[in-house]
Amino acid sequence: MTKSPFVEFKNVVKRFGERTILAGVDLTIFKGEITTIIGKSGAGKSVLLKHIIGLLKPDAGEILFEGRPLRSMSKAEWKQLKRRVSYMFQQNALFDSMTVFDNVALPLRERTRMPAREIHEKVMARIEQFELSEVTDKFPSQISGGMQKRVALARALVTDPSIILFDEPTTGLDPLRKNTVLSMIAHHQREIGFTAVMVSHDIPDVFLISNRVAIIEDKRIPFQGTPVELEQSNDPLVQQFIRGQESLADELTGLLTRPDLEQKIRQELSRIGRFQKTFSVVLFVIDDLELIREKVGFIAAQRIVQCLGNLLKGHLGTTGMSARFSQNEILTVLPHTDLSGARHFLKDLAERMKDAETFQAKTYPRICPEFYIKAGIVQANSEATLESLIEQARSNLKTIAHLECTAGMRVSKS
Amino acid sequence: MIKNQALPLALFRYLGRGFISFVGELGAIAIFFFQGFVHIFSYPFQPGKIMQQVYFIGAKSIMIVSLVGLFTGMVLGLQGYYTLVKFGSEGMLGAAVALSLLRELGPVLTALMVIGRAGSSMAAEIGIMRISEQIDALDTMDIDPIRFLVSPRIGASIISFPLLTSLFDVIGIFGGYLTGCLLLKINSGIYFNRIYDSVVMQDISSGYWKSLAFAIIVSTICSYQGYFTHLRSGGFGARGVSLATTSAVVISCVLVLAADYVLTSLLL
Repeated sequence: MTKSPFVEFKNVVKRFGERTILAGVDLTIFKGEITTIIGKSGAGKSVLLKHIIGLLKPDAGEILFEGRPLRSMSKAEWKQLKRRVSYMFQQNALFDSMTVFDNVALPLRERTRMPAREIHEKVMARIEQFELSEVTDKFPSQISGGMQKRVALARALVTDPSIILFDEPTTGLDPLRKNTVLSMIAHHQREIGFTAVMVSHDIPDVFLISNRVAIIEDKRIPFQGTPVELEQSNDPLVQQFIRGQESLADELTGLLTRPDLEQKIRQELSRIGRFQKTFSVVLFVIDDLELIREKVGFIAAQRIVQCLGNLLKGHLGTTGMSARFSQNEILTVLPHTDLSGARHFLKDLAERMKDAETFQAKTYPRICPEFYIKAGIVQANSEATLESLIEQARSNLKTIAHLECTAGMRVSKS
Repeated sequence: MIKNQALPLALFRYLGRGFISFVGELGAIAIFFFQGFVHIFSYPFQPGKIMQQVYFIGAKSIMIVSLVGLFTGMVLGLQGYYTLVKFGSEGMLGAAVALSLLRELGPVLTALMVIGRAGSSMAAEIGIMRISEQIDALDTMDIDPIRFLVSPRIGASIISFPLLTSLFDVIGIFGGYLTGCLLLKINSGIYFNRIYDSVVMQDISSGYWKSLAFAIIVSTICSYQGYFTHLRSGGFGARGVSLATTSAVVISCVLVLAADYVLTSLLL
């Protein structure tokens, strides 16, 4: 099936007075798909949505609806088109002095000339579809937040729109409700087949239900594509967005970011030649972290990384630097340290690990994660590069600590 | 020297800026009213919504308007009697009470009462709808919010105000009868006959013209203040709504009294 574009932005520019909000945005939204727009707060996501519904007009560039430019449409055509668009507000914007039934019925009563009976049938059908039959006569403030969301979606869908815009549908909800709302959107989207455009912060949950993702950054859209393409993109900006959640976790471990550390290593490497100084690199690998995450839990896995990070930081003080290199790898730089110094350092560290709470079997009352911490040391020389150092460290890996669930921490000396 | 020149300049600039924004605001209110007024008659009509507002603005105000009317009439009867008796013309009491009620007090006091009861709630209700994005929601549903919210209120006010005013007049005249005839023993035949003799159609119609004008002023100002709550510089959210309600009441009261003067001088 070939995908046909429903809405296309072509080099759209929007300014508010002196401030430029959109500087040449290109975006394609395909029919029958869920397109998610992500970006920082105030990056112009809502402005983008408002262009689709016609609340704002572009200063330059063009917006095409089903291939036809908005600019050239007559007023009647535009009105016709506007009726096919629904908008769901972040705070639902239900009419709080009307009952649930009246809320859902309002667009039909005001916009169509349907007889009252037909309206009643249609509204009741939607209400049943969204499992709201019990609260038909209640007011929005009398029902739960999740139900309010359902009422809002029922109201948006009652006119059978072909495109629905969701303005941050999950912001401010707890994780459980968040998933309920996202799955509700995905479920009904599949069932009814409308085109959905969503503005969201919920990375990465929202990717699971999206067919396409667009990133808005610095007044433009530097990336648009499928979530898989997004995940596999090498673009640092894109990576930054996907890692949004992990970066919080990294902050908790007290570790530096990977680019910072790479910069530091390059700096040290360039010094070797000039000042005859040396340094060592230690790569820590937590084996089976994936397994722990799966079997024991996300928090336990995170705690292990956090503990190792904190130990390293405490032990190194200000002289060394550590960063999370990948999911289960931590890279440490020890300046002015040769191979024997680094070994000594590891030995000390292993001693300390023995006492840490995270490495005691009794911390895990039900499921005990058995894991190994391995370390590889390499001393830098003047011919080394960043890549070669890491490769060597990987080949030198030795177990330095091991949690055995019956005996507690066992330290192997290397 | 420069300073002396700059001061009056700054003053004029300040006054000019204030005046321009005042005129701009007047224009905005006028456009707002015309949009609302035109949509009373645009198809499909909204009789249900207008009736609902007539119930709220009109029917529910009957009690307060009756009470105020009764006591106003009674006070007029007392005061009028003791003034007229000095000239030995207490027989004119009926005419004095009826004319002052029909021409002035009826429309003005009715309007003030309705401002307090219905005008404030108009501003508050529309204001809350604005800050909770309900008006934006109407916009995105392609429902004209002015037509949906403001037109029924203007229409209902135009229907209710003259009716409430007539009620006020009748009860006020009865109040004058209570104090004048029952308490102070003026002959009731003289009281009512004087009313019959002195009141001409123009007195009654001028009162109705006034009440129509007040209906437009009150419903427009109160809706306008609520509708543009979000543009106020003073406060946001709940504070904004409270300020909008306050200024709706204050502005419409002042405008009703000012318009009363202008209309009186035109209609007399």
